[in-house]
Amino acid sequence: MTQSNAPLVGQSVPRREDRALVSGKGRFLDDIASPGGLHAAFLRSPYAHARIGTADLEEVRAMPGVVAVYTARDLAALLPGGQRLVTGLPSSSIAFALDRPILPEHETVYVGEALAMVVAETRAEAEDAAEMIDLDLDPLEPVADLENAARHDAPKAHAHLPHNRLARFGFSYGDIAAAFDGAPHVMSRRFRIDRGGAHSMEGRGVLAAPDAMTGRLSVWSSTQTPHALKRHICTLLARDDAEVEVTAPDLGGAFGPKLVTYPEEIAVAAAAQALGRPVRWVEDRREHFLAACQEREQLWTVEMALEADGRIRGLRGTLLHDHGAWTARGLNVPYASGMMLPLMYEVPAYDLDIIVTVTNKTPVTPVRGAGQPQATYVMERLLDAGARACGIDRAEIRRRNLVTPDRMPCERPLKLRSGEPVILDSGDYPRTQATALEGIGWHGFEDRRREARARGKRLGLGLANYVEGTGRGPYETVTIRVARDGRIKVNTGAAAMGQGVGTALAQIVAEHLGRDPSTIDLTLGDTREPYGFGGFNSRQTVVAGASADAAARVVRRKVLQVAAHLLQMPEENLDIAADLVIVAGSNSGEGLSLAEIAAASEGLPGYRLPGIDTPGLQATERVLIEGMAFANGCLAAEVEVDEATGAVHVARLFLAHDCGRMVNPQMVDGQILGGLAHGLGNALYEKMCFDDQAQPLTASLADYLLVTSAEMPVIEIAHTESPSPLNALGVKGVGESGVIPTAAAIASAVEHALEDLGIEISEAPISVQALHAAIRAARPGGPE
Amino acid sequence: MSDKTTITLTVNGVPRTIACVPRKTLADALREDCRLTGTHVGCEHGVCGACTVMVNGAPVRSCLMFAVQAEGAEVRTVEGLAPEGGLSVLQQAFIDHHALQCGFCTPGFLMLITGALQKDPDMSDEELTEVLSSNLCRCTGYRNIVRAALAAAPAIRASVRETAA
Ligand code: FES
Ligand code: FES
Repeated sequence: MTQSNAPLVGQSVPRREDRALVSGKGRFLDDIASPGGLHAAFLRSPYAHARIGTADLEEVRAMPGVVAVYTARDLAALLPGGQRLVTGLPSSSIAFALDRPILPEHETVYVGEALAMVVAETRAEAEDAAEMIDLDLDPLEPVADLENAARHDAPKAHAHLPHNRLARFGFSYGDIAAAFDGAPHVMSRRFRIDRGGAHSMEGRGVLAAPDAMTGRLSVWSSTQTPHALKRHICTLLARDDAEVEVTAPDLGGAFGPKLVTYPEEIAVAAAAQALGRPVRWVEDRREHFLAACQEREQLWTVEMALEADGRIRGLRGTLLHDHGAWTARGLNVPYASGMMLPLMYEVPAYDLDIIVTVTNKTPVTPVRGAGQPQATYVMERLLDAGARACGIDRAEIRRRNLVTPDRMPCERPLKLRSGEPVILDSGDYPRTQATALEGIGWHGFEDRRREARARGKRLGLGLANYVEGTGRGPYETVTIRVARDGRIKVNTGAAAMGQGVGTALAQIVAEHLGRDPSTIDLTLGDTREPYGFGGFNSRQTVVAGASADAAARVVRRKVLQVAAHLLQMPEENLDIAADLVIVAGSNSGEGLSLAEIAAASEGLPGYRLPGIDTPGLQATERVLIEGMAFANGCLAAEVEVDEATGAVHVARLFLAHDCGRMVNPQMVDGQILGGLAHGLGNALYEKMCFDDQAQPLTASLADYLLVTSAEMPVIEIAHTESPSPLNALGVKGVGESGVIPTAAAIASAVEHALEDLGIEISEAPISVQALHAAIRAARPGGPE
Repeated sequence: MSDKTTITLTVNGVPRTIACVPRKTLADALREDCRLTGTHVGCEHGVCGACTVMVNGAPVRSCLMFAVQAEGAEVRTVEGLAPEGGLSVLQQAFIDHHALQCGFCTPGFLMLITGALQKDPDMSDEELTEVLSSNLCRCTGYRNIVRAALAAAPAIRASVRETAA
């Protein structure tokens, strides 16, 4: 039990998840035994674009261990509710629907797309057979490049499409022509951000088991959104809600791509139901490289108009966004980018044209950061260029433009996708920046830099401000019930994905109900509750936290009402300590147990309820959240660039950070550190490469580089807590904070290190080769 | 391909005889035939280290080793790091330093650190830190893993030396 008086929310309570995980007793998808179960493997498209012909399956069906082989046509019979997954969010800007088929019948549109499924007794037999499927594929011209895709004469990513421009929309306010007309400075730049993956250490996976006795279908999936999966299974298999149960076991990380329902999940569920046996599919790393959703690829052509003193007059341009081959989530990523670009600075006029293009590449959905890192990169690069043009310090130009705390809550001339206005809820952006500058030693740096230069070393310092939109509504359900044995049962649609959300929710609930998290039993991602969403958009501590807090308050009230009745004492004199109701302030260890109170609360035949007007100690809350809680931060980075090779060494990162009230500071730091590591990858290493036929060239961890401990710089984090006024707890999300500013801050530092050479950094990741070439070009004689 | 070979090995001190096809990896044999699912498979191509176990006292990537190659070997997995219900100093240090989030990579790191120090207890802190860069973690940003390893290292070194003496 924790200290009796300090609030639990705000303490680094040890994680309830850890003991099992360090003992090898975690229960990840592939750890779940399914005796007598079958294994699925998929034949995946070797071409980025091809017409699908006929398949000869006779031989494959006869292979050892093979139980069933399904092509699109075979599967159709098992999917009475339709053969397409409608997972995209609606938008009136979308020109044509591109909902994914479970298995495509006539045309395949990216390398790695599942074309046929084999179910066999063992995984090896399923994989052997899938490899042997003889499927006629007639290659079509692919669209490999985003820029090319937008052209009118480009080949079509899907043969039937009129063009590849899935959507065109934008953001616009203020008098943009006047802002640029006669502006003392105009910065015009192009930026390219590359595609990358999420690469949770555990890939996707699904296990479906039908129950012959009840006819029910139980499904386990490594998903962030068990509720969505359940809805899709019920729809496509035409099953009733009550007949399907979906559980997310322990997740070995997620980071975005496990947010949407995938064709493989539906195909496996359909096969299990048809075959009457459990069927399992576990993604391997190569499949994760090809078929798990990816993100980030964008091309920006932008201009910023400035006053002579560096104040922003306007911002305009075009964003080309790569959507991949199907609509797996919708326009949320480019929308977030466009909304984020001017958000935290005073930008009086803004005009951004967004073109979303379909390409023959893996579908795009959010990867940790979701469009926000790209926008931050672009804005911060423009400000660095602006500082140079105006001849002022890079920090000063930001300070002159940041939204100031006296404007909070500050309504922006922008709208959330719901149509609600964007309101920056709280925070002190200039002070956050000042903290970061102080932390990294911004003001004494010139001397250090000069000194290092004299020793032949090129040091650079960079910075990036950012906001993170967190706590996406509308709600998450939380039900709290004190069971007859006195245990506190918490059920919620919020889903665990390895970030410790269970620990955080237990803290929030325990705050009101005895202050001892060990009395609480949690069921996360509970699909027996019909209304729920799951984990994305750094939302769960905010949205589920708000419902947990509200439900715990109601249950506390009921506990005390029943106890007051039983003890014949006023409610105000009572308190809950661990599993006892005690006289407030007493330390005697005596009291009425929650078990007794729970039993009494059920009532007795013919008697009045004890002090309450509805039976039981239970409450369900779905607190509606409309606005988003904006966390903010400023990252300062110190780098050293090797002039001879173009190699960048990141020496230090200092993050000044504000995510409102922190529920568990140790877990907040953990989220930030993980995000920074991912951001470091985005800044320097992680790039999904394709050839001109849209064939992936980096489909193993040997080719696509994830950051290891050796690349991690010294990291310091300073927190400020500006409580969000949008929820009773004052919390904001933190899951994406680390990743958003990192590429921007490192690019800023690299540019600074090469300042005298006039090299501008306009891409992420920064490639060593390109940087080396730029250095050579800037000084043809090579380094002195 | 489907003819099974009988293999005898010791896993966490318990002698075991299993029958598996020659192409089965040690990782799969441990997970499927021994039902020890604490050893995880993150890439199956020898890069991530999630599958690290100890074979004859040294850390090994069990996805790169065939089960038949473990004939007669002493294998130790995360389940064998501490007696049932207990935690090793290193496991406790991982909890204390928040060195895990999803925990998928954790068994691999625990076996890597334990195995590296078992093999070479004289390894310096710097060398140990370098060894850590052989495994991948996507959640933690590594800092807390390094801290946990360095905090537990003296105790692990001492116990290895004691057993050797
Ligand atoms: S699974 Fe063995 S190294 Fe990745
Ligand atoms: S804790 Fe999740 S991969 Fe390391």
